[in-house]
Amino acid sequence: MTEMSKIVRTITAIAFPFAMIYGLYVIAHGHLTPGGGFQGGAVVASACAMILVAFGSKWTIDKIKEKRLSVFESVGAIAFIGLAFFGLIFGAVFFNNFLVGNDYLFGIIPVVGSGLADINTAGVIPLMNFAVGLKVIVGLFAIVLVMAYATTNYKEGKK
Amino acid sequence: MSKRNLAAAVFFSIVAVVFIFSALLMHPFGVLDESDMDDYVIENTQEETGANNGVTSVVFDYRGFDTLGEATVLFTAVAAVIMIFRRLKND
Repeated sequence: MTEMSKIVRTITAIAFPFAMIYGLYVIAHGHLTPGGGFQGGAVVASACAMILVAFGSKWTIDKIKEKRLSVFESVGAIAFIGLAFFGLIFGAVFFNNFLVGNDYLFGIIPVVGSGLADINTAGVIPLMNFAVGLKVIVGLFAIVLVMAYATTNYKEGKK
Repeated sequence: MSKRNLAAAVFFSIVAVVFIFSALLMHPFGVLDESDMDDYVIENTQEETGANNGVTSVVFDYRGFDTLGEATVLFTAVAAVIMIFRRLKND
């Protein structure tokens, strides 16, 4: 995939931080507002795909290799399963929410009913949101990046 | 009309009749059904999981195994796509 014109690249560079911030906000506030790891990860991955379309696959793969993306995806998966096993160790069952009830890390129980949201709540749910969000971001972006780069080389090799 | 078209017409009429009858037997739109599970989740989400977002608390706490399966599906898809397209890159 070759790069597009300078107008498209400039507009992409302006719009990219806003899409990125929105997606990361959806991930970080997954336990308070609609959304979560999967949805916010899809937003951030589409922002990265916008960069890929505007700047071309060669430029993008010079900046970040797909092997590094695979490493990050494995880190996300291991963090998610590791949190589930911590529930087995510290609590009673697999996927137990063992952080609810303490005072320092995501442990505060909110007031029942509608009201102001506190980000320091919900136990392991924000941590699992971060893990799944990382996994979805690098997973979807790795799929798009590898497809674009491989088909570019394939076409050029045929000519 | 050939035999094949006739068979297709008969088959699709049967399918249409089945769908129409199942549409008539459907639950009426907008009428709430009695269910213990959603009442339990709505009443106890904030005390048990601490999350204000009930959907996320169901996805990551009450039904964590389902999310684990989803993550596994995504991981397998990414691994398969990278494997196939690396092969195309080397050709």
